[in-house]
Amino acid sequence: MSRRAAVLAIGLVLLALVPPVAAAIGQPFYVDVFRRVMIFAIAAISLDLILGYGGMVSFGHAAYLGIGAYAVGIPAFYGIHNGWLQWTIAIVVSAAVALLIGAVSLRTSGVYFIMITLAFAQMLYYLGNSVEEYGGDDGMRLAARSALGVVDLRNGTTFYYVVLALLVLSLAVGHRLINSRFGMVVRGVRSNEPRMRAIGFSTFRYKLVAFMVAGAMCGLAGALLVNHTEYVTPEFMHWTRSGDIMFMVILGGMGTLGGPVLGAVVLRLLEDLILPAWTQHWQAILGPFLVLIVLFAKRGLVGLLPERRDG
Amino acid sequence: MLLVLEQALNGVQFGVTLFLMAAGLTLVFGIMNLVNLAHGALYMLGAYLAATFYQRTGSFFTALALALVVTLVIGILVELVALRTLYERDHLDQVLATFGLILFFNEMVAIVWGRAAIYAKLPAWLSGHIQVLPGIRYPLYRALVIVVGLLVAVLLWLLVNRTRLGMLIRAGASNRTMVSALGVNIRLLYTLVFGLGAALAGLAGLMAGPIYAVQIGMGEEILIQVFVVIVIGGIGSIKGALVGALVVGMVDTLGRAFLRPTLATVLSPSAADSAGPALASVLIYILMAAVLFFRPQGLFPAASR
Amino acid sequence: MGDVLLEVRGLTKSFGGLIATNRVDLQILEGESHAIIGPNGAGKTTLIAQLAGDLRPDAGTIAFAGGDITALTAPARSRRGLARSFQITSVFRDFTALDNVALAVQAHAGHSFRFWRPARRDGTLRQPAAAVLESVGLGARAGVLAANLAHGEQRQLEIAMVLATRPRLLLLDEPMAGMGLEESQRMIDLLRTLKGSHTLLLVEHDMDAVFALADRISVMVYGRIIASGPPEEIRANAEVREAYLGEDAR
Repeated sequence: MSRRAAVLAIGLVLLALVPPVAAAIGQPFYVDVFRRVMIFAIAAISLDLILGYGGMVSFGHAAYLGIGAYAVGIPAFYGIHNGWLQWTIAIVVSAAVALLIGAVSLRTSGVYFIMITLAFAQMLYYLGNSVEEYGGDDGMRLAARSALGVVDLRNGTTFYYVVLALLVLSLAVGHRLINSRFGMVVRGVRSNEPRMRAIGFSTFRYKLVAFMVAGAMCGLAGALLVNHTEYVTPEFMHWTRSGDIMFMVILGGMGTLGGPVLGAVVLRLLEDLILPAWTQHWQAILGPFLVLIVLFAKRGLVGLLPERRDG
Repeated sequence: MLLVLEQALNGVQFGVTLFLMAAGLTLVFGIMNLVNLAHGALYMLGAYLAATFYQRTGSFFTALALALVVTLVIGILVELVALRTLYERDHLDQVLATFGLILFFNEMVAIVWGRAAIYAKLPAWLSGHIQVLPGIRYPLYRALVIVVGLLVAVLLWLLVNRTRLGMLIRAGASNRTMVSALGVNIRLLYTLVFGLGAALAGLAGLMAGPIYAVQIGMGEEILIQVFVVIVIGGIGSIKGALVGALVVGMVDTLGRAFLRPTLATVLSPSAADSAGPALASVLIYILMAAVLFFRPQGLFPAASR
Repeated sequence: MGDVLLEVRGLTKSFGGLIATNRVDLQILEGESHAIIGPNGAGKTTLIAQLAGDLRPDAGTIAFAGGDITALTAPARSRRGLARSFQITSVFRDFTALDNVALAVQAHAGHSFRFWRPARRDGTLRQPAAAVLESVGLGARAGVLAANLAHGEQRQLEIAMVLATRPRLLLLDEPMAGMGLEESQRMIDLLRTLKGSHTLLLVEHDMDAVFALADRISVMVYGRIIASGPPEEIRANAEVREAYLGEDAR
C-alpha cells in the first residue's frame, strides 16, 4: 500500500470512529458535522474525476447537487418516500442532465467551456427559483427522510454510516474507473487531446461519458445532502457552491482520490466551524487564502505527502 | 402596444448595461486570455461607491465621476497585485483565484456597507419621464442610460478602430507575439486594457445602481449573464459583445414581461402562471445553447483564433 | 512496390487570401517510402494536417486503401490505418513510455468503454506495447515518464506510438526536427528498418535523411507539387534546382 493510500485508509477509519467518540464526549453534533463533510467529499470526488483526471474545468458542478436534492424532494412532496426509487431518480436524472449540458459544452473548450458550464448551472438555479410549486427561492422542507427498508435514516448514526459506506464506495468506484481502459482514455485526453485523436480515439464520446458519470455521482451526493438538511433550496445549485466544491478538489489535491476527501474535510471545517467562530467576515480571509493556495500550493495538501512513483 | 415599446426600451437599457460589462470582459479574455470572475465585483463597487458619494456630496455628477475614478483605480490595483501573476497560468487557476477575489470583495463590501441592500437615489431632475413618442412616456433616467451606453459603444468603436492603442488591442487579441515583437510594452498595454474594462464595469454598475437594488452578489448575477453575452457574441469581439448584449437584454426583458400572458393564450392560465416565469428565467440560456449548437465560436468569432 | 495506397486529388486549402495547398495531386504506393520536400511555408504541414484529418480541405478528395476518407475525422482515419507523428513532439508527458504505447495499442483494440479491469495489468495491451517499444530501441526506458526522456527518445517514442496502431501508412512530419547529428542518425537508422515493411510518407528538411530513405520524392513549392520522381531524377530536375535545391546545392 502506498503512503497516500495508507493515509486515506487511516482517515476513513477515523471517520468511522466519529459517532462513538462524539457520543462519548457528549457532542453528538459532530456526527452531523462530519456527515455533511462526507457528503461534500463525494461531490468533490465526482468533480475530481472530470477536473483532476479529465482536465475539464466544469464550473457548474453544484447543479447536480441540486438535481439530486430535488429528485428526492419532489417525490417526497407527492408522498413518495421510497429511497431506492428517489436515489435512482437522482442518479438517472443527474446523468441525463449532464448528458445534455455536456453535449453542448464539450463541443467547446477552454474559456468557453468554463463559462457555459457555469451558465447552465445558473440556469437551473434560476429555474429552481421560479418554480413556485416547489417553494421557489424559499425552497421546501423534506417531509421525511428517504425510506430504505430496514436502514432507518432517521437515526442520525445509521445515516452517518450509510454516507460513510457510500463514500468508500465512491472511492472504490473512482479507483477502478481511473485505472480502467476508460480511465486511461480520460487521463490521456487531459494530457494531450490532439495526440489521443491522432492515435485513434474519438475523444468526445469518452469525455461525455465521464461527464455523465461525474454528474450521476454528484447527484447521489445531492440526494444525501437533502436528507441531511431535510430541506432543499435552489441555493444548492448556486454558483458559489460550484466554486466551493472546486476549491475542495484543489485544496486537497486534484488528480488524486484522497485529495478531494481531505479538501472537503478541511474546507468544510474551516467554513462551518473554525472561521465563523472567529469572525463573521471569514470570507474576507478565505478569499485571499484561496488565491494563495492557487498561486503557491497547486498540488494541494496531498502534494505535501511524497509518494514513490510506481511505473 | 405601449407596453411593448416600454419593455423594448427596457430591453435596450438592460442590453447596454450588459454591453458595458461585456466589452471590458471580452477584451480581457481576448487579449490577456484571462478568465476574470471578479469583473462583477467592479460593477458592484461602482454601484456602491456612486450611491455613497452621492449621499455624501449631494452632487450626482461629482458622485458619478468619483465612483468611476475610484473603480478604475481599484481595478488597476487588482491587476497589479493579483491578476498579473495569473496571465501565464491555466484557466483553472484563473477561475479559482478570481473566485477567491470575489469572496474577498463581497465580504469587504459587507464590512463597509453591511449586508442589507441599499437603494441609490436619483436627483429630482432625473426622476421624471420624457415623451419618446406622442403619448408614450419613458423614465428619463433609463433613457439617459441608453444614450450613455450607446455613446460609449461609439467611443469604444472609435478607440478600437481609429487609434494606435486600438490597433494594438486588435492586434493583441489575435496575435500576442506579434505585438510584443513590435516593441510594445505588453505589461503596460495589459494594465491599460484592464483599467479600461474596470472603468466600463464601474460605469455599468453606477448607472445600474438607481435602477436595481445595490447589494452583495449583484456583480455575479450580471456576470453570468455577461458570460452568456460573450459566448453568443464570440470571445474578443466588441461587435459581438454589442450584438450579444442587445439580443440577451431584449430576450430576457421581453421574455419576463410577455411570456406568461402569451402562454396564457394557448395554455390554461394556471399552467401559464407556472410555466411562464420558469421559461422566462431560462430563455437566454436556451438561446445560448442554440447559438452554440450552430456556431460553436459565437456569432462574431475574433479573427485567427 | 504495389498498388496505390493513398490517392490525393485536387486538394486545396486556403486561409484568407493565402493558398496553402493548391490543387495538390499525390499518389503513394503500397510499400514505398515517399518524401515531400520544399521550402518553409510551401504548405507541407498543411498538407499533412489535411491527410491526417486535422484540417478540412476546401476542395479535393483523399482516397485511402480504396475508400474515400475526405470526410472522416482524425480518429476514424487512424482506425483505418493512417497514423501520424507531429512536427512538435507530442507524447503523453505524465505517462510512462510503456503507458504511451499501450494507449496507442488500446486505441485499436475495440472500444474503451471498459470501466472496471485495470488497464495497466492488461497483458493484451502491455505485451504488444512492450514489444513495439523494444523494436524502436526504448525497451530499457519503458518505466520512465515520457517527460523525463531525452528529446531524441521522445521522438522515438512517437514512432513507437505510431507503429503500435499497426498502420498501413505512416505520416511523419519532420521526424528529425530539433535533433542533433547523432540523434538524427539514430532516427534515420530506425526509419530505415521500417522501410519496405511499411509505407512511409515523410516530410523532412534534412536532405541527407531524405536521400537516404526515400524511394520517391515530391517537391512542394507555393502550395503546389512541382515535381515527383525518384531521387536521382529530382536531383537532376532543373525546375526543382532553381526553385528549391538551388540554395542548397552549393
